[in-house]
Formats: sequence, C-alpha cells, structure tokens
Amino acid sequence: MAEMSPLLDVRDLHAWYGESHVLHGMTFSIRKGEVVTLLGRNGVGKTTTMRSIMGIVQKRTGSIRYGQTETIGLPSNNIARLGIGYCPEERGIFASLNVTENLLLPPAVKSSGLSIGEVHTLFPQLKERARSQGTKLSGGEQQMLAIARILRTGAELLLLDEPTEGLAPVIVQHIGAVIRDLKKRGLTILLVEQNLHFAVTVADRHYLVEHGTVVDEIENGQLANNRQRLEAHLGV
Amino acid sequence: MFELIGVPPQALFGQLLLGLINGAFYALLSLGLAVIFGMLNVINFAHGAQYMMGAFGAWMMLTYLGIPYWGALLLVPIVIGALGILLERLFLARLYHLDHLYGLLLTFGLALIFEGLFRRQYGSSGLPYTNPIPGGTNLGFMFLPWYRGWVIIVSIVVCLATWFMIEKTKLGSYLRAATENPTLVRAFGINVPRMMTLTYGFGVGLAALAGVLAAPIYSVNPIMGSNLIIVVFAVVVIGGMGSIMGSILTGFGLGIIEGLTKVFYPEASNTVIFVIMAIVLMIRPAGLFGTPR
Repeated sequence: MAEMSPLLDVRDLHAWYGESHVLHGMTFSIRKGEVVTLLGRNGVGKTTTMRSIMGIVQKRTGSIRYGQTETIGLPSNNIARLGIGYCPEERGIFASLNVTENLLLPPAVKSSGLSIGEVHTLFPQLKERARSQGTKLSGGEQQMLAIARILRTGAELLLLDEPTEGLAPVIVQHIGAVIRDLKKRGLTILLVEQNLHFAVTVADRHYLVEHGTVVDEIENGQLANNRQRLEAHLGV
Repeated sequence: MFELIGVPPQALFGQLLLGLINGAFYALLSLGLAVIFGMLNVINFAHGAQYMMGAFGAWMMLTYLGIPYWGALLLVPIVIGALGILLERLFLARLYHLDHLYGLLLTFGLALIFEGLFRRQYGSSGLPYTNPIPGGTNLGFMFLPWYRGWVIIVSIVVCLATWFMIEKTKLGSYLRAATENPTLVRAFGINVPRMMTLTYGFGVGLAALAGVLAAPIYSVNPIMGSNLIIVVFAVVVIGGMGSIMGSILTGFGLGIIEGLTKVFYPEASNTVIFVIMAIVLMIRPAGLFGTPR
C-alpha cells in the first residue's frame, strides 16, 4: 500500500478514569479508506481508546491527530464535528425518541452523508419500525439504528464498538456486509472486536491491545500465519 | 336558587375558578422546574424568587419606565431569563460534576439573597399593580373577571406550546436525548453545555412570566414566591420530576382539587395537597407521571 499520511494518528495516548490509569501509551494509526480493528480481551482498554478519541474520557494525554487537527484538548462536540461518528458498545438508543427521531438526532457534520433512502436500503427494518420507540426494537435492530444514525451525518471516520456483540449469526452477517459496503464507499472504520471470526471478514489490519497498550500489529492477509500468536493473546 | 350537594353554585364555581387560577400558576411554575431538572439535574430552589422578581419586574417597568403590562409581559421574562443564564454560567455550571444537593443548596442561597435584597428595598407589605383588563362578565352561574380568564388562557397556551416544543420538534428531540444521555448527545456534535444554559434561562423565564401574570392578582411582595413555591414543590413531587405533561396536568388538577376542598371541607384546604403528596410518595415514589431514575 502506498505510504500516505494517516487519517487518524494516535501517539502515546494515556487515559484515566478518576485515579485509575487505564491507557498506557496507545500508539496506532488508520489510513483513509481502511478498516482496522482493535483486538483484545475484556478490560484491556479498547472501549476507553474509543472514548478517548471522542473526548468522552477527558483526562487524557498524548496526541490524537485527525487529518491536520490535534484533538487531544478539544471538547467532545467539536471532535464529532470534524467528521468522526461514534457507535458505542451499549448502542445508546434513546428511549424517549422514536426510531426516526433517533435516526435524525446526530446533526450532519459533512454534506456527504447517506440520504434517508440509502439508509433504509441498507437497513430495511428501520423503515418498517420508523414510529416505534427506539428501545422497543430488538437488539439487532438497535445495533443497526446505532450504525445507521452516524452514516447520515457524513462522518468520514466511524468508530464502531463491538457492533456484533450478543447478536444472532444472520444479523452479524448483515452487519459484516454493511461494513464492507461502507468501505467500498470510501469510509474509514475503526472497529473494536472480540469476535476474531467476524473481524477477519471485514478488516484490513488488526492491532492487538493488552494492558492499555498496542502489543502487536497484523495485516489481515498474514493472519493465518499468526493464528497461534493471536489466539495466545486473545485467550480463545 | 338551586343547590348542588348542599352548596350554592355561586360558591362552588367561584372556588373552582380560584382553583383553576392557582392551578395555572402551579402548572407554569412546576413546568419550569421540570424542564430545568430534566436537563440540568438541578432542583431550582430559586424558582420562587425568580417568580417574585418577575412580578417586581413588571411593577418596576411600570413605575420607573412607564412600560405598561403588555410590554412587561414580553420583556420581563426575557430580562429575568437572561439573568438566569448569567447565574447558570457563573455558578451552576461549576456544580454539575457534584451531587444534586449542591445545586439545590446554591439556588436556595440565591433565593434567600434575592428575597432579602427586595425586602430591604421595598419592605414586605406589598405593592399594588393595576389590573390591565378590569371588569368581567356574568356567565349566569358565576361572575368571571376578564383578567382571571386571561391568566388561565395564557397559562394553558404557554404550557401546551412548551409541551409541543419538547415532545414534537427537532429541538425537543435534542432536549429529550440530552436528558437521557448528555455524554453521547455531545459526542454526536451537539453543544450540550450551551443547551443546558439556554434551558435554565427558559425555565427561569417561565417563572418570571408567571410572576408578571400574578402581579395584578396578588400584591407584589418579596415573599410571594416563597409562599407559593412550597406548594409547587409538592405539585412537582406528585406529578413526578422531569415529566412535562405530568407537571402541567398535576398543576391544574391540584389547583382544582384545592378549590373544591375549600367548598366541601375548608379546614383541609391548606393541607390537602400535602396529604396527596404523602399518599403518592407511599404508593408511587417516582410520582404519578414520573419514571424511576
């Protein structure tokens, strides 16, 4: 792959929850158009990394560059406006909003977002349930809604935190197909995953995370040769 | 004259009207409290003082600047609301990361300061404010003063407009979402701290509007707010903190219940709301329309 400056460049990122030091110098980067995963066991700091990139974890040091902008000191709402869409692990569907209101909630940050029609083509279920209360949807539908609402905004980098967790295989396949489709559209995706089988079907590269730091980087094509090394890390 | 369950209709409808008037104020004030609590998680104890400042604002505009009631009705909520915005920026915004209790203590202290300042300047005997719509009409079963009818209509219209804005518009969807999960709404690019500031200003503006409406009915008095706000807090507890329609319906409903109690068992009229509050707290601690949080 031709060398070019990364879209997201994270260097020596440290983060704290109160007094507890969770990230110990995460360093990794993503080029435009790539799908990259952070792989690791529970509690190694993958979600905290995403929350730090979004500015939700406020006590953080190091450098997080998005394009030409250093975001480490910016408040959360300004970071989102640069063009980063966040899909949290708990999905964050609002109970007091119906499906359409949930879908339209995040304001457009770029003009290049998907139209409602395109979103409904990707996720037909959301059209059928447009008037339902957001949290009345099934887990899979809520996950689709959580992804769909950041596609509308025109965000160019998507942070997806365990989008397949707890979902039926057929829905996991659907989400995999959607991610590959988004990659074709030129979107850049950072994926947190514990499901290695799913990760290999969508990603270009993988970063292995342990104890709040990146311990290894593996190209998706090299995965077969490194299977043992990987499984030792993940404990599968 | 016929009688209804041993009560002359004049007395019954007269008290019903008084109940509706009180209910109109309960609804406006508890609505402001509910909006502020929903968004900021602050129990605004200064609400009564801000209502009082609304009434004084109308009186001062008329007395010092010659601005009549109709101008004050528009200007006073804006001025007092802007004062609220200043308070939120200067003081309240620094307390959000602490327990609820600190916001309550701060606003309680501010209420005491405001009331003290006005009492020092204007005494506590009360100042008169001329009724802008004198007269009334005889409906056959009762006499309806025009101004009281106006207060009820304004209150209903403002309450329903607020409900519509919060439950049915795009801006309202931001508010509802930020009430549920402010962190995530902010991570979508919405400036939640600014929304909180504006919400506080809006809630305070509602209190000031109620104060302007009250000026021609009650005498303009530094402690008019603290007398009323105790009852309004009971209304909020009964309706459920944070529920918009709940606080409107409970406000009017309890005003009417209070009015009816004056007819049928006057001895209980001052306590009936608190008795209802105690019962509701035992059966539904989150309030009639509230959800546990």
